Amino acid sequence: MIQSRIPVVLKFLRRRLWQVAPVVLGIALLNFLILQLAPGDVVDVLAGEAGAATPEYMAQLRASFGLDKPVPAQLFYYLKNTAMLDLGFSFRQNMPVLQLILERLPATLVLMVTAMSVAAASGLVLGVISARCVHRAADRVISVFVLIAYALPTFWLGLMAIVLFSAKLGWLPSSGMTDISVELTGLDYLLDVAKHALLPALTLATFYLAVYTKLIRTAMLEYFGADFIRTARAKGATEIRITLFHALRNALLPLMTMLGLQLGSILSGAVLVESVFSWPGLGRLAFESILARDFNLLLGILLFSSVMVTVLNICVDVVYASLDPRIEL
Amino acid sequence: MTKLLSIRGLRTWFHTRAGVARAVDGVDLEIAPGETLALVGESGSGKSVTALSILRLIQEPGRIVAGEIRFDGMNLLTLDDRRLRAIRGNRIAMIFQEPLSAFNPVQSIGAQIVEAIRLHRRTSRRAAYARAVELLEQVGISSPDIRVHEFPHRLSGGMRQRAMIALALACKPDILIADEPTTALDVTTQAQILDLLKSLQTENGMGLLLITHDLSVVAETADRATIMYAGRVVEEGPVATLFTRPSHPYTAGLLASVAIDDLPPGERLPEIPGTVPSLLAMPQGCAFADRCPKASGAAGCFTKAPEFSAVSPRGEHRVACFLSAMSPAWRFPVPAERKTLPREMEEDEKIKAKEAA
Repeated sequence: MIQSRIPVVLKFLRRRLWQVAPVVLGIALLNFLILQLAPGDVVDVLAGEAGAATPEYMAQLRASFGLDKPVPAQLFYYLKNTAMLDLGFSFRQNMPVLQLILERLPATLVLMVTAMSVAAASGLVLGVISARCVHRAADRVISVFVLIAYALPTFWLGLMAIVLFSAKLGWLPSSGMTDISVELTGLDYLLDVAKHALLPALTLATFYLAVYTKLIRTAMLEYFGADFIRTARAKGATEIRITLFHALRNALLPLMTMLGLQLGSILSGAVLVESVFSWPGLGRLAFESILARDFNLLLGILLFSSVMVTVLNICVDVVYASLDPRIEL
Repeated sequence: MTKLLSIRGLRTWFHTRAGVARAVDGVDLEIAPGETLALVGESGSGKSVTALSILRLIQEPGRIVAGEIRFDGMNLLTLDDRRLRAIRGNRIAMIFQEPLSAFNPVQSIGAQIVEAIRLHRRTSRRAAYARAVELLEQVGISSPDIRVHEFPHRLSGGMRQRAMIALALACKPDILIADEPTTALDVTTQAQILDLLKSLQTENGMGLLLITHDLSVVAETADRATIMYAGRVVEEGPVATLFTRPSHPYTAGLLASVAIDDLPPGERLPEIPGTVPSLLAMPQGCAFADRCPKASGAAGCFTKAPEFSAVSPRGEHRVACFLSAMSPAWRFPVPAERKTLPREMEEDEKIKAKEAA
């Protein structure tokens, strides 16, 4: 059974990867044109910071960056370079865009994967408990907690977490990804990163945790009334088996859908959290590039994340099909 | 004959916001080994709730408030959860109306049958799979070794119901409860499924509780029938007797409403006037009194509920009706063809008269 599925998956991947190209092209076009509407460019910012820039110098800078060319020409060069996987050069950071992105990517991935895992895992547990004890004390407590978690603004929660756990209690570091005062290797390094990641990851996870808890609870309650649950009970299955094996197995499907949709949005959530915790990730890089009008870098990040989201969505589709036999790839 | 399962005074009520709905209100029934009992009634008459009550599968807001369900010396209603689970699917199994939704959509048919086996028998997964293939073959599914890996949505309706039966038979139950097993199927498939149930029953010698609203199904398969109306049993007896000499006006009405073969074209179809009373507001007297053409205040039809009492000498035909109890010869207006059996009826009365004397 499993073996016979592999060619199907490969065929599906080939078909979907072809669809990625036009999607990414469309996104690139849109990004470029929208950013043209933003006032100011990187030269304005550089000149402002230098404090003593003459119009001649600025014109010279623009010419050297290629910013004096007409917009269609700029667009042409942008698309041409992008097609050759050249994301351009960040004049602000004096580094190739791709290199900048790849340097920051691991940090964002660590944050994202940790946050999503925490959110999905605790959402599952809380949702199942909530559904099992529906309308009883445990369910009420979880519901209130979820409502608060859902309503709290992420940046405020992050700041409060810093105030409590870093400033007052001094348990956890407040910013960065590693302790820069010491050189650590191996397990110590991992532990250090974990310590730094805890607060930002939990902060980022809070909102998603609330969504997943509600989702699982609703799905489970729906399935508890389903005919096949009654069949399982009539077969003589225990309640635990019914809950975990029959109801939860089916409730994973809507969770998968939601996860797939939110993998994209979590990047934007990371902008806030990374800024609050000075986490050296892509989100903060994007934020900095906007402030600096570093459009090459910003376009690169946007394009990169759109490719990532598209690819992740394809992965989610494959996982979904393996979870639900009714879905054909 | 020793009874395999006997239900006494079962009351399953639903405590809703609008009030207490007495879905099942004092039901008695019995099944002997190898016997087929049809539980007949229209939608909402409480037949499915009765069936679900047997395995205590009633969900909130429903509750079994009174009664006794005896099975193999145990009262199922007071059994602890562990022992109840040991009976569910093992000694009493159930087939549901909608075979598509009754299967877990994300598990293969085989895996679900294997689960049913392994919940009650200590066997290896491999042996259980072999047994599942065997069961699928037994219920007439072609190439069972392939179908066993198939998911429910890939099978046709008739095939799914066969698989459902295979699932129910997994542990060779003593009693099989079939809740409208053919309602979702087309007529040809219906007949096949009923034949299958019958043949499996003779093979295994199990008692079959067949829940249906379809009188033709009753005529074809059942030995005895229990007719329910608004949560109560109104009449019970051997199928042959019920069909030829119904003693309750409701049973007679049901039969009249299906005997439409001889009706001239254009003629209005026979029906029982009125509607079923709301379960939330049951009348004080007989639940059928408002629709009964013969109900009378003098007999007490509107003031108190009739007792369930025997109308045949040996007591196998019982009815809950004041009028039938007072004068067994009383007939509901039934179609002409059914009136051709008065001789047997007269004999019955003679025997009764003798007994009385």
